[in-house]
Amino acid sequence: MSRLQSCFEQLKAEQRKALIPYVMTGDPHPDVTVPLMHAMVKAGANIIELGAPFSDPMADGPVIQAAAERALEFDISLDDVFNNVADFRKLDDVTPIIMMGYLNLIEVAGYDNFAARAAAAGVDGVITVDMPPEEADDYISALKSHGLAPVFLIAPTTTSERIGKIGNVADGFVYYVSLKGVTGAANLDVDSVAEKLAEIRQQIDLPLGVGFGISNAETAAQVSACSDAVVVGSAIVKRMAAHQTHDATQTEDIIRDVTELLNGMRQAMDADIENKITKTA
Amino acid sequence: MPTDKTQQAIDYAAMPDDRGHFGIYGGRFVSETLMQALDELRDAYEKFSKDKEFQAQFDADLAYYVGRPSPLYHAERLSNEVGGAQIFLKREDLNHTGAHKINNTIGQALLARAMGKNRVIAETGAGQHGVASATVAARFGMECVVYMGAEDIVRQAPNVYRMKLLGAEVVPVTSGSKTLKDALNEAMRDWVTNVDNTFYIIGTVAGPHPYPQMVRDFQSVIGREARTQILEMTGKLPDALVACVGGGSNAIGLFHPFLEDESVEIYGVEAAGDGIETGHHAAPLCAGEPGVLHGNRTYLMEDRAGQIIETHSVSAGLDYPGVGPEHAWLKDIGRVNYTAITDKEALAAFHQLTRVEGIIPALESSHAMAYGVKLAATMSPEQSLIINLSGRGDKDINTIAKIEGIEL
Repeated sequence: MSRLQSCFEQLKAEQRKALIPYVMTGDPHPDVTVPLMHAMVKAGANIIELGAPFSDPMADGPVIQAAAERALEFDISLDDVFNNVADFRKLDDVTPIIMMGYLNLIEVAGYDNFAARAAAAGVDGVITVDMPPEEADDYISALKSHGLAPVFLIAPTTTSERIGKIGNVADGFVYYVSLKGVTGAANLDVDSVAEKLAEIRQQIDLPLGVGFGISNAETAAQVSACSDAVVVGSAIVKRMAAHQTHDATQTEDIIRDVTELLNGMRQAMDADIENKITKTA
Repeated sequence: MPTDKTQQAIDYAAMPDDRGHFGIYGGRFVSETLMQALDELRDAYEKFSKDKEFQAQFDADLAYYVGRPSPLYHAERLSNEVGGAQIFLKREDLNHTGAHKINNTIGQALLARAMGKNRVIAETGAGQHGVASATVAARFGMECVVYMGAEDIVRQAPNVYRMKLLGAEVVPVTSGSKTLKDALNEAMRDWVTNVDNTFYIIGTVAGPHPYPQMVRDFQSVIGREARTQILEMTGKLPDALVACVGGGSNAIGLFHPFLEDESVEIYGVEAAGDGIETGHHAAPLCAGEPGVLHGNRTYLMEDRAGQIIETHSVSAGLDYPGVGPEHAWLKDIGRVNYTAITDKEALAAFHQLTRVEGIIPALESSHAMAYGVKLAATMSPEQSLIINLSGRGDKDINTIAKIEGIEL
């Protein structure tokens, strides 16, 4: 069984939901990433989404864009992403890692070469923001042949027909983009998210994660009540950016701040489910 | 889909395929939120491009608002000075707003109106597409937001003011290299956020399907007119066509109606900047590699890791790291020859045309002029070539004065 499958099965048995924090590789300094990943697991993360910086992040809001620019000042490449994953795996062989990025880095590497190296480093799944299933035949077979899960996005605008199409090729989990917009937007509507998730469940059996616009413990709890996983990106990166001095000595401050945010989300998500229902009503 | 190397077998009119592919290029590489919007756009475009009333409105606007057909001008003095082929200039510089860009913005604004979208957005580099978008938005009474790199806003101040006069909001883009590619990223982010009421007017033959096809179709009026005009004027097809290629919309507009005419040699001219060998250029077809950016697979200026690298050209309109996917395909199958002209050569051509013919060309078009003149010199006086004079150079006189150390 893959790390992702075990993770979701165990959570299901415990009636808990996955907390998935995001970190951009090399932001704000290459030395921060691996210690931060371990700290995130300690603070209650079940899966880690690891960003690969791209020069033209079309789907990202200003917070993640700035993180990519900071990482690129250190020339962070796919090699660095893989090296960080391999480092992380020396101490943690359980927590699944999903790599998130844009297609061009993978195009240039070659799909099969990319998938082989990612799998060897210990990556479990890949989200490629600008790769829709219609274009993805070769990409999907390369990932699957190396045991990697192709994680696809579903948006509020995705039609029922395309939900089916995505369900046919996706693996690991499916990532529901909670709003029309870029990462870090602030107007998530929990009721419409719940409604769309119900529609998606009619066609897809995989766990459903929700991301974009989850910035505090209360929203995390509300979203986790109707989903299987909560993805938190910009809220974390924003806290990290407050310490941006491109200086490795900031690692402790960053870890303390991110731990505090994740602890709050974890507690709110694990609180009695009855509690959550009365809170949202 | 494998590309067919034998030219005789290619049905150019049948490209792209139904998912927007030109061979391995093109396609649709965008975030999931936009997929439905692109399907709607494709369906609307398919419907209206076959609708007689829509086409009649488009043709009438091109005639009475843009001022088409644009003349095909026989540049006799220039031809004599060069001493080779007869040089004909397709005068897109005489269009309303001073460039070919308006052919496309009229088409897309009509489509936006037909689709019930009352807000249009656009990206712009030199400001020509921004001005052309703001112009049609004013005419159709639409809200218009133009994204423009902060660097370009400084370089192209008169066009920024023009857009504001036309009622558009100009949003400076400060991310990345603060130029055209970043403006495109920002426009995509706006579209993904306001997809319900917003129509994104892309200014070139790039982006996700159906944009490369749609913009090509709107711009092909250039080549259709030129083909009729040259046959009337010389009684035969031209021996060669020359156009500058940034994203490549003026070039594809001229080239497309001639692709099946095998006797016509076709040349696309990219910006060599300081010289291809210096790395400071904007010539992805001449010196780039295939990759995926801004919704399509095409040739890109990228580093070995796949990051998009900064481009350089004296001409803001050619200063873009990608190129339309149909050009990428035409390069691979060998139907079009792609070459490049340096900043210096373009400036010399700018002065030559201004002096000899009394026509001030845009810096973009000056690249086509420079190559066209070189090519004409190798041909005989019985032969003819058409150079696409895609825009007028008034917008560039500040840039040129500055380069030459002249204070205005």
